[in-house]
Amino acid sequence: MSNESFFYQALVYLATMVVFVPLAKKLNLGSVLGYLLGGIIIGPALLGLIGQSGQDLMHFAEFGVVMMLFLIGMELEPSLLWKLRAPILGLGGLQVVVTAMLIGGLAMACGLPWNQALVIGMILSLSSTAIVLQVLTEKGQMGSAAGQSAFSVLLFQDIAVIPMLAIFPLLAPAGATVTAEETGSLIEHQPAWVKTIVVLGAVVGLVVGGRYVVKPVLHIVARTRLRELFTASALLLVVGIAVLMTLVGLSPALGAFLGGVLLANSEYRHELESDIEPFKGLLLGLFFIGVGATINFDLIEHSPWIVAGLVAGIMIVKFLVLAALGKLFRLSRDQNLLFSFALPQVGEFAFVLFSFSAGAKLLPQQLVDMMMAVVAISMALTPLVMLAFEKWVQPRFGNAGQEKEREDDKIDERNAVIIAGFDHFGTVIGRFLRASGVPATVLDLDSDRVDLLRRMGLKVHYGDASRFELLKSAGAEQAAIIVIAMATPEKNLEVVQAVKKHFPHLRMLVRAVDNADAFDLMNAGVLHIYRETIDTSLRLGTDVLEMLGRRAYQSQRAARMFRRFDEKSLKGLAAFRDDKQYVNAAKERIEELQKFIQADAYTNMMIRDTGWERDNAEERN
Amino acid sequence: MKILILFAHPAFERSRVHARLLKAVRTLPGITLRDLYEEYPDFDVLPGQEQPILEKHDLIIFQHPFYWYSGPALLKQWMDLVLEHGWAYGKDGVALQGKYLMQVISTGGNAQAYTAEGHHGHAVHDFLLPYRQSALLCHMHYLPPYIVPGSAHIADEDLARYADGFVQLLQGLSNNSIDLKMLMRQPEANMLTGLPGLLPAPPR
Repeated sequence: MSNESFFYQALVYLATMVVFVPLAKKLNLGSVLGYLLGGIIIGPALLGLIGQSGQDLMHFAEFGVVMMLFLIGMELEPSLLWKLRAPILGLGGLQVVVTAMLIGGLAMACGLPWNQALVIGMILSLSSTAIVLQVLTEKGQMGSAAGQSAFSVLLFQDIAVIPMLAIFPLLAPAGATVTAEETGSLIEHQPAWVKTIVVLGAVVGLVVGGRYVVKPVLHIVARTRLRELFTASALLLVVGIAVLMTLVGLSPALGAFLGGVLLANSEYRHELESDIEPFKGLLLGLFFIGVGATINFDLIEHSPWIVAGLVAGIMIVKFLVLAALGKLFRLSRDQNLLFSFALPQVGEFAFVLFSFSAGAKLLPQQLVDMMMAVVAISMALTPLVMLAFEKWVQPRFGNAGQEKEREDDKIDERNAVIIAGFDHFGTVIGRFLRASGVPATVLDLDSDRVDLLRRMGLKVHYGDASRFELLKSAGAEQAAIIVIAMATPEKNLEVVQAVKKHFPHLRMLVRAVDNADAFDLMNAGVLHIYRETIDTSLRLGTDVLEMLGRRAYQSQRAARMFRRFDEKSLKGLAAFRDDKQYVNAAKERIEELQKFIQADAYTNMMIRDTGWERDNAEERN
Repeated sequence: MKILILFAHPAFERSRVHARLLKAVRTLPGITLRDLYEEYPDFDVLPGQEQPILEKHDLIIFQHPFYWYSGPALLKQWMDLVLEHGWAYGKDGVALQGKYLMQVISTGGNAQAYTAEGHHGHAVHDFLLPYRQSALLCHMHYLPPYIVPGSAHIADEDLARYADGFVQLLQGLSNNSIDLKMLMRQPEANMLTGLPGLLPAPPR
């Protein structure tokens, strides 16, 4: 690697990304696995394109993690963070402590001295922020209960790295010293109280600086209207925080996270996000490539069973701890499974901490090499584990793999009306009926929404309304009307088919997205079809007419006339499935409608008004 | 007297007569104009919004074209909803007590048509009976109507005279220079302006 130029390296890494990530995506493996595979393939084990530079690369690319936490921080309002304090301290704290004790205990049982066992336990208790957040974000699960819990645990782990770095030297055998260089901290040799003051000062500086320096500076920079200058400032901000934190011996990731939170409410938030996002993506990609490249295949080849056993053992222990804690913290079963399957790998900080321990002579080099390989493999396995989870575990507990598993609710109410689907569309219907004194049995497929609405005091039942059992338990036999307002047209059609098959007496009022969707529903035999936006669009159009000075009454009549005509012609148009015929027929109807609206009934009335003025009997005949 | 004009015309955008009349009085001081079809295009008349306005005025004018021997539908809807029992009439219904009600109407037919022998067979006074009685029920005084006849073919100059007459009338009522006792003895307010209404001439 030594004689290779920067451009050669850039070529190798960028080409690896461009080749492997789309490939992995295509195979439904997710980007992280793509990067890892790319790293393994270009690494010393196979092509040898990057030789031993994987380690250095990772040190550099770890900065991607810092940026990621900055971005995460920016997504988090301080109020949300405060709301998460219980899971962060409780769930996160217990996870680290319990896992460290268990793994440390096992290590001692395997004959390691207590201090080494404790160090290993602590290091292995960490999980990979980079991988987990990337995977969960790609799956759109960050907002779910599992995502929030995982995030809380990861956040606590990032914070826990700091005391670990502080404790490790104390655990080192006498004679071994830790130099300031290894942590990069300037205050390593200061007495504890100085350290405390400096650390507190740095955090306060960060808060004050974020508020009173960064915002005005960004304002000035933004006014120069030089895009690249803003990007530079954004990078400077993150790098600056990282350097400051390193100087005082805090985790740069944690500092960046704090910095992000401070800027969460700033008007430059979106600008900063979009500037840093690509750098974060690239660096994280590099980081994963580095992980792939550093996997020591020689070691694995020599003692494959030991490595496999260690990986499996560590991941199983971590999984069990996570699952137990998830249960303790009342995650639902599906969410707990996702949570526990997401976090059992060892994190990127392990690389840092292991090399630190090796430097401090805390752990023998041999053991560190072995553990490095184990950590890298556990990280590489995560996307595969998640894949297996999605493919085999989730379907057995959830519906269609997309939503989380949850039993249908028991439904004890019997109403004349059932509303299937309770997002923004169904909610309005439900509220209106309720306000009009018509109770409805409400079914919804989004378990988080069901929980939220229930907390708000609304009676909403979880379940898939296209299933006979749920419809039956919702009282479909006794009901008269079912409002079908699921989130997607496909789901609506499923419910329509189920109702037609099992409960033909129910009148179906069905939500449709657009004309095409309405045609499908007509073909399915639905009589009452409601296109989502037609009424709102017409109301807006009415307001436009009124703002232009048209009479309100005339505008509203025109809108109603338009809707009646449109719904009638929709039925006629449903017959045309051929595109060309359809377009012609639609065109005719547009012209017809125009004439129709302009020949409002009042026109006739006003023209025939002359009939009222005839004033003598001779004319009357 | 504070005057409130409740104007009801479902096709005002096509109207010539009422457009001209409103143009003349729209800017007069001391007069409130309420365009009902603009206010309630969906017919959801709000009594809670209307009643306080009525309470603040002394003379209520229904201005409208004469449709099917009556007012346009929204005017009826307005009466149905706003003139509540216990407020306008019935027990304790004294909110309108002592106020005046007047109609300003345009008719397609002319004087001859509104006679016993004419096209419509009755005098307009007869057709206005429901309004007259409604005013009485609400303890109001009913003033004789101001009428613009032959509205479909009225000449612009004549229409301008009716508009001027309307202005005079409103000004006179507004500054109390019109003797209300004398006015109430007339069959039509037109008599004060010298413009023909639906009666050939003042009775004696």
